[in-house]
Amino acid sequence: MSSAVLDAPRAKRGSISRDRKRALYWSYFFLFLFVIFFLTPPFYMLLTSLKTSGEIAEAKFPWWVFHPSLENYTSLLGSQDYHDFFINSALVSLCTVAVTMLISIPAAFSLSRMKFWGSTALAAGVFLTYLIPETLLFIPLFKIFSWVTELTGIEFINHWWVLIIIYPTLTVPFCTWIMIGYFASIPKELDEAALIDGAGWLQVLVRIFIPVALPGIIAATIFAFTVSWADFLYPMVFTTSADQLVLPAGIVTTLIKGDVFDWGRIMTAALLGAMPPLLIYAFLMDYYIAGLTAGATKG
Amino acid sequence: MAQVTLRKVEKKYDETPAVCGIDLDIPDKEFVVLVGPSGCGKTTTLRMIAGLEEITAGEIAIGGEVVNDIPPKDRDIAMVFQNYALYPHMTVYENMSFGLRLKKTPKEEIDRRVQKAARILNIGPLLDRKPKQLSGGQRQRVAMGRAIVRDPKVFLFDEPLSNLDAKLRVHMRTEIKKVHQQVRTTTVYVTHDQVEAMTLADRIVVMNAGHIEQVGSPHELYHRPATKFVAAFIGSPAMNMIPCGIEEGAGGLRMRLSPELSFPLPQERVERYRPHAGKAKLVCGLRPEHIIEQRPHLEPGQQPFEAKPVVVEPMGSESLVFFGLNGAEVCARVNPDCGARVDAPLKLVADLRHVHLLDDQTGRVL
Repeated sequence: MSSAVLDAPRAKRGSISRDRKRALYWSYFFLFLFVIFFLTPPFYMLLTSLKTSGEIAEAKFPWWVFHPSLENYTSLLGSQDYHDFFINSALVSLCTVAVTMLISIPAAFSLSRMKFWGSTALAAGVFLTYLIPETLLFIPLFKIFSWVTELTGIEFINHWWVLIIIYPTLTVPFCTWIMIGYFASIPKELDEAALIDGAGWLQVLVRIFIPVALPGIIAATIFAFTVSWADFLYPMVFTTSADQLVLPAGIVTTLIKGDVFDWGRIMTAALLGAMPPLLIYAFLMDYYIAGLTAGATKG
Repeated sequence: MAQVTLRKVEKKYDETPAVCGIDLDIPDKEFVVLVGPSGCGKTTTLRMIAGLEEITAGEIAIGGEVVNDIPPKDRDIAMVFQNYALYPHMTVYENMSFGLRLKKTPKEEIDRRVQKAARILNIGPLLDRKPKQLSGGQRQRVAMGRAIVRDPKVFLFDEPLSNLDAKLRVHMRTEIKKVHQQVRTTTVYVTHDQVEAMTLADRIVVMNAGHIEQVGSPHELYHRPATKFVAAFIGSPAMNMIPCGIEEGAGGLRMRLSPELSFPLPQERVERYRPHAGKAKLVCGLRPEHIIEQRPHLEPGQQPFEAKPVVVEPMGSESLVFFGLNGAEVCARVNPDCGARVDAPLKLVADLRHVHLLDDQTGRVL
């Protein structure tokens, strides 16, 4: 009798830890499935990039490289086209990020802090514009550009820099939205203290808000960079000549000739093209998570 | 000179009134505390003085100049917030000097002022630290330092001690008082804690539901409250409120607290209370320290009675005894050695020289 009484709490503790262990096993099981699911494509890309065209054509066993070769890498890195794509992509992405931040930071600041007539509706409107897919927008945008060309004589189509004008339509709404959330989590007293200390709104933004909201701003920056680095539809529509192409469009247009796919180099180009966003994520991951979750936890 | 004047100041959020036309004169160098329960409009009033809230109607003047349309930065005020609102990315020195740097004050002058404020507040060794490396009390000092270096016309404090633990709060209260004695800047201080209000203020403004209930020195509010709200709000434990009646009886005017218990009123109160004889809805207000244990010699105005304690709370230097009287819970402050025990009849003395008669309908002290 007494031993049963003594055992009871221990059994209960044991069951809790058993439950926890079981939950842990299941979470590892599903995490493992997810890792396989998401890492298989890049792994397959890596394998294919190390194969010669002959080995790819043989298609003996796709999950192993029998004669590894760096031929795809050397030929790509030596190609002027690939250099141009890379440089165009870098220029477009960096400029897009800069333009996005120049618009989004003041927009998010005013929408989250200065309560003016219609500010709530405007904030909702900003998000709604993000919900309109680019597949719906590219034809009207194309029309607008040709109309402006007719009017002003400035040629917009087939220039890499046109993407710097177009991409902010994708990045500004979302970046503004996540920064509104982040800015809202910063105590209002902070800007009030600065206002009383003698700062104007612009000084509050530059000297207090931007330094304090840096994690949120970095999260938005990463997003803007990724979107403008990886977008496929707009560059396919608005740019055509090889020297004006960015990476995603460039790889597809130059490495696929008719129905001939240069798989080895396509995979290599895509893998190398994925490096910059990957590196940025790896180094700034903590900021990214802090920026995206701030509104949720503090709001 | 930096007196603060409020004339018929009103604040409405949409159609909900938060502050309903208050008038207040705060002379130069005075330490005024706005006190009241949550939602009484005290913080809104402070924020209107700061310029952080627009006023719906009325006029606010600082140093004789109407500031209704002047932005906070040009009002020459400094404010200490409840959550300190220190800039997290700046060091203590940068936090304190931020306002002066914005004004393009010469470096030597900034340094002189920051060092002086740091000396006053004992935060010299902390100047190179970031706010997150400071304790709550240190942050509070830095927030005060940031206000002091500006040498403003008016200090505004918005419940600055409510984030601190009880012990530190008492300590910082003393510090704030010391600082005010040194710098003598006109100060408006908001709190819901009446003890803080009593200990710090030259004058207290008691607010309730957007109105000013009473303005006066701590002593005045404690001993001569104008309304039932003030009488109940100021003092801890709160003043006892016992339903009563005034009647003519044997030996003159008497205050009846229950069918069995009535006391003759002291001579000095008789004339004041006679017109209220026979009125309904009267309340007797008597502070716990004016109900004490039985003494061998009673002074005139002290009346003995017996009560049965339901709760006894020993506090060390005194004991609080709670008992029921005419439907009200009454608290008495007695000597811990008087042998008060639950359910054992206890002989007590009510000191009617300090009694207040309140009209429950109008809420006024008669």
